[in-house]
Amino acid sequence: MHKRTLMLATLAAFTFGDHAIARDQIRIVGSSTVYPFATTVAEQFGKSTGFKTPVVESTGSGGGLKLFCSGVGVEHPDITNASRRIKKSEVEKCHKNGVTSVTEIKVGYDGIVMANSKASAVMTITRKQIFLALAKDVPGPDGKLIANPNKTWRDVDANLPNVKIEVLGPPPTSGTRDAFAELALEGGCKKFPAIKAMKKKNKKSYKAVCHSIREDGAYVEAGENDVLIVRKLEANPNAFGVFGYSFLDQNSDKVQGSLIEGKKPTFENIAEGAYPVSRPLYFYVKNAHVGSVPGIKEYLAEFTADKAWGEEGYLTDKGLIPMPEAERNKFKTDAAAFNNLSM
Amino acid sequence: MTDRSTKSAKVAASLRRRHAAERRFRLYGMGAVAFALACLGLLFFTVVSKGYTAFQQTYVKLPIYFDAGDIDPKNSGDPKVWAKANYQGMAKKSLRGLFPDVKKRRDKRALYKLASSGAAYELRAIVRENPDLVGTTTDVWVTADDDVDMFIKGYIRGDVAENERRISNKEMAWIEALVADGRLEKRFNTTFFSAGDSREPELAGVWGAAAGSFFTLLVTLALAFPIGVAAAIYLEEFAPKNKLTQVIEININNLAAVPSIVFGLLGLAVFLNFIGMPRSAPLVGGVVLALMTLPTIIIAGRAAIKSVPPSIREAALGLGASRSQVVFHHVLPLAMPGVLTGTIIGMAQALGETAPLLMIGMVAFIVDIPGGFTDPATVLPVQIYLWADSPERAFVERTSAAIMVLLGFLIMMNLTAVWLRKKFERRW
Repeated sequence: MHKRTLMLATLAAFTFGDHAIARDQIRIVGSSTVYPFATTVAEQFGKSTGFKTPVVESTGSGGGLKLFCSGVGVEHPDITNASRRIKKSEVEKCHKNGVTSVTEIKVGYDGIVMANSKASAVMTITRKQIFLALAKDVPGPDGKLIANPNKTWRDVDANLPNVKIEVLGPPPTSGTRDAFAELALEGGCKKFPAIKAMKKKNKKSYKAVCHSIREDGAYVEAGENDVLIVRKLEANPNAFGVFGYSFLDQNSDKVQGSLIEGKKPTFENIAEGAYPVSRPLYFYVKNAHVGSVPGIKEYLAEFTADKAWGEEGYLTDKGLIPMPEAERNKFKTDAAAFNNLSM
Repeated sequence: MTDRSTKSAKVAASLRRRHAAERRFRLYGMGAVAFALACLGLLFFTVVSKGYTAFQQTYVKLPIYFDAGDIDPKNSGDPKVWAKANYQGMAKKSLRGLFPDVKKRRDKRALYKLASSGAAYELRAIVRENPDLVGTTTDVWVTADDDVDMFIKGYIRGDVAENERRISNKEMAWIEALVADGRLEKRFNTTFFSAGDSREPELAGVWGAAAGSFFTLLVTLALAFPIGVAAAIYLEEFAPKNKLTQVIEININNLAAVPSIVFGLLGLAVFLNFIGMPRSAPLVGGVVLALMTLPTIIIAGRAAIKSVPPSIREAALGLGASRSQVVFHHVLPLAMPGVLTGTIIGMAQALGETAPLLMIGMVAFIVDIPGGFTDPATVLPVQIYLWADSPERAFVERTSAAIMVLLGFLIMMNLTAVWLRKKFERRW
């Protein structure tokens, strides 16, 4: 008797699951960097309006866009967060699957910092030196590319300390790593005229040189967990870590950010664009879902309100670097009108 | 004579050697046990020493003036109007009242941050429950901000340079004034046990994840237990012993060793993409975990059934019972303690699993507490993972506290298994 009831209940649940046509809750996927901001807004939105709190999954920028572009319908997410701009190939994929109208909203900026334990001295470094320390291949004495021979920071530059190069950072699946490679490594890589010339001739090999991080143990992939990197830096004063600004902000008593091109990774420097290693964050909205999934419009209104993403909004407490006012207004209008994205 | 004495000397020597070997072996054994215990002790020590502070939370007592003109300007008595009032503003006003000499805009913002952003919702709930408070000034305990909490608990130290900590000198002075006034103290953290996830550490709790774990495990139990026991009975009591059953047996054993992420991929492909079940639902998670625990239950069930002596079956058959009567009246009841132990161990394994849930969307930020099998939900180990990855300092202790809750559940389940075995076990 008991077993029969249980089985019936399971069967009923199955059929119910099969017919979950309407969805009354926003579903968000995407970047782990935007995740803390998206979840904060989602929570505020859930508490202050009558709508259910959106469900936010942290899938990485690429994974999120893949899910987002897989089609229109309640089984697909409504919004995806990204720590980089959507790629042309992804827009095409979206179109192929019927996702033709997408609103792009820039959230703000995030700085990527290179930090070490407070127990050691602050490092002052340039992007060129970062490239020489961490790239897989660097130009040798004769200008030809050789496998990176630099073992200590002093090998890179005589002014740097004589300690072994040991940098803990995110793995290749991470958007932070992509951005670090693009902004820091490529930024330094471009300073070599020979490599810069390569860009025009052979873009692919230029990218391979500028974006490849060495694999001989000097760069340690520490997983997606930035908290772990901070803890490892505490234990090992000689090591450096690469992570998002919000982790530096929260742990400023334990770790210090290195000066890159003479600029300290501070809120003001990143907001002004003076700190060179910073990137914009985005999210994308599936316009076809507006109206069929309740609350999307209101969620965007919450996100784009000044009390959230403004200069003194609650997202700055979470480490978001806000956009200048003009830019905020532009994306606010986009969000209100659901303007389709133009590449 | 000499022959015998050399022999006995030889025996004595070898005896000494054998005794020494015996002693050594025992020492190795004891060493292994001690090592395992030390590791366990270290694990418990690190988790408990980091996490016990999370069971307390700092609260701040604010004299709140529940302004009738603010809450219900038109005197409508409508709870909807009441819910929309500016409770955050009341908390801010109260803080301004406590520190009237704070004038600068920037300082005021810092002052407002002493109370959690959740204070407004706490005040709203208080007014909803006690409508007659409207129009009065009452001392109310509200949750303090996580930075204040970390400072009170000593995780943010006051003796480092001001720009290196999240609490400025001014804020420190305010906190000290509040403490001296008896307006700031640590109390038992009920939020931690009653709330769902939150981005604000002081408002985050494990209840949402615990409810998700409950629904998921209920589905797992409802599927895996009957199917597993039925399969075990059939294979052990009824199935003919031939090549086919041998292949099935080997495959069940293999299935028990399949990495759990594979079950998650199966769940994604079959239940989500093909059948179209909802993402992040405990229903799907339960089905996936049921597939994962089935082999454990079948193997344990078969072992338990096998251990029932044949004489009992023969006696029942001799008295004229049918095969299924023998199984259901005699063998299964006697095998039940073993079957249940296997089931509980399987369930405990399912309780601690995250990998298969990653694929089906249960690793997500979910604030609302799930109320059914198709509501989006997460589970306890996933909650631990998500908190461990959060930048806020206060999540460190909450991560350890959530581990303690999960370990508590696991220990309880394992103790139940031991108790069941002790209570119903029969020796022949």
